[in-house]
Amino acid sequence: MSLAVTPGRPVYRPRYRKRRLLSRAAAIAGGIGLLIWTLLPVYNMILMALDADADEFTGNIFPPDPDFSSFASVWNEDYWLMQHFWHQFANSIYLGVATMVLTVLIGSMASFALSRIRLRMGWIVTDFALLTYVLPTAFLAIPFVHIMHKYGMTDSLWSVVAAMVTFATPYAILILHQYGKLIPMELDEAAKVDGASPLQVYLRIYLPLMAPALVVVGVYALLLAWNEYLYQYLLLSSDRSMTVAVAINQFFDSDEAPWNYMMAIAIIYSLPPIAIYFGLRRFMVAGLTMGGMKG
Amino acid sequence: MSTAQQVLGTGRTIAADAPRRPRWRVNLQGSDTTWAIAFLIPYVAVFVAFVAYPVVFGLWMGSNPALYDLLFTDPRYVTTAINTLLFVAIGVNVQMFLAFLLSGFFMNRSWWTRSLLVVYLLPWALPGLVVFTSIHFMLVTQWGLLDSLWRAVTGQDGPLFLVSTPMAMTANIIAYIWKWMPFWTLIFLAARMSIPQDIYDAAEIDGASGYRRLIYVTFPLMANIYLICTLLSSVWTLGDFPTVYFVSSGAPARMTDVLATYGFHEAFDFGYPNQGVAAMMSALPLMIPLVILLMRRIRATGVQL
Repeated sequence: MSLAVTPGRPVYRPRYRKRRLLSRAAAIAGGIGLLIWTLLPVYNMILMALDADADEFTGNIFPPDPDFSSFASVWNEDYWLMQHFWHQFANSIYLGVATMVLTVLIGSMASFALSRIRLRMGWIVTDFALLTYVLPTAFLAIPFVHIMHKYGMTDSLWSVVAAMVTFATPYAILILHQYGKLIPMELDEAAKVDGASPLQVYLRIYLPLMAPALVVVGVYALLLAWNEYLYQYLLLSSDRSMTVAVAINQFFDSDEAPWNYMMAIAIIYSLPPIAIYFGLRRFMVAGLTMGGMKG
Repeated sequence: MSTAQQVLGTGRTIAADAPRRPRWRVNLQGSDTTWAIAFLIPYVAVFVAFVAYPVVFGLWMGSNPALYDLLFTDPRYVTTAINTLLFVAIGVNVQMFLAFLLSGFFMNRSWWTRSLLVVYLLPWALPGLVVFTSIHFMLVTQWGLLDSLWRAVTGQDGPLFLVSTPMAMTANIIAYIWKWMPFWTLIFLAARMSIPQDIYDAAEIDGASGYRRLIYVTFPLMANIYLICTLLSSVWTLGDFPTVYFVSSGAPARMTDVLATYGFHEAFDFGYPNQGVAAMMSALPLMIPLVILLMRRIRATGVQL
């Protein structure tokens, strides 16, 4: 009866209050546990980066005397393992941006052909794209490196760009295909009647209207290239082409162990993805929900 | 809504801007097909050059049956195969189940769960190389952060995580879950939010509440997504490289390798690329059924990834 008076508002009776408080306390405790669980490895990075005598582990839970000199050292490149740090950082950016641009371009062109012009055998391409998306990338690494030798693309950033574009485009096609369904075909048809060529439809109607989905795809490709390690390690070896990801791992091969420098680099390397995550979180999340996944 | 308005708005402007005569109304079909093929060429070129060719080349590299005789008699391979199976079976299922429960937790949209969700998703955005290296240092030696915490709480030295094989393997699995559970939680959360409230209201009237609601309403509605995500995650986990490579690095004594790291070491440290490819190929009997099942589920239910 009371439900009919105040629809949608739960009716609390005093004897439930204790239970409600308990479940709320449990939820908060779980939340705190989850927070610690998530941040512990991140905290460990900061702890190690701030520890000046990092070649020996001191067993501290809090940094005894926080020392930011490791960040300054990375900034000034004054250790032999990181003397090319900014060059490597530029390489990482180059790799990420090239992957992003090419993925958006190739992915949008392919999805335009598949979902707007509607090629008769288009489903074959979509299926192969899905298959490529599903396959784990590490399984392709060994033959891929051999192929790159054949193409004469070893130790070139473009070989990694090729790999990353290859693995990012299928996702781009799937997402764009899904998002494109929201745009009525009548628009394309109207433009065609008005005399626009498919290229004009693509440039003036498809790309502008797909902008949110293109951002999703671009962010995905950028983060994929930035966060991937195996292909960069296998394909880049010289100082000229090396990226930060490969440089970080070089610390393991050296006899000395300046782990604070290594962790300082790792933290600096994590900042762009963190910034992208906080700035473009909506687009990253949209990439998952927009793609459907809604059965 | 806003998208539709935006679409219509832009559409009008363009239509008004271009009042020209139709140029390619004649022979529309042929022209369209030509354009479509032109637009597809870049992707098809990428696919042929960097997917089809490497796949065929890889199949050729791993085509010699003698490789598999060698592989199956290698005791390290047997350990690796068992590790991979454990890694997939335990890692994926625990991850999915916890992600499912946590998605329910995050359905509560109060300010603090929203903020917590933002932090909780952070591992998903961070580079695997960085976080797995950090986790490695938490575990290694008696002075890693976990041991320090252990000592602070119990006053005794902690266990040497990377010296015992089961513990190192557990560490790999937990690190993997740490990195990827947020991603799947988010997908389950999106799926849960797309369940209309009416269904819950109807269930409430029929007397389903509390755990009954979870078992009889939420879970059946989510079962399909759950299955697809589990299959997809299984395939990805089967070929996962960075977790084991950085967290345990195969320690102790290459006893915690999985297929991807085993193949990597065979190919690039010991110089037997064909052996490495054969190790990866040995996952195909498990992977092909998973992929076929996955593709069929996706096609049957119309779920897009």
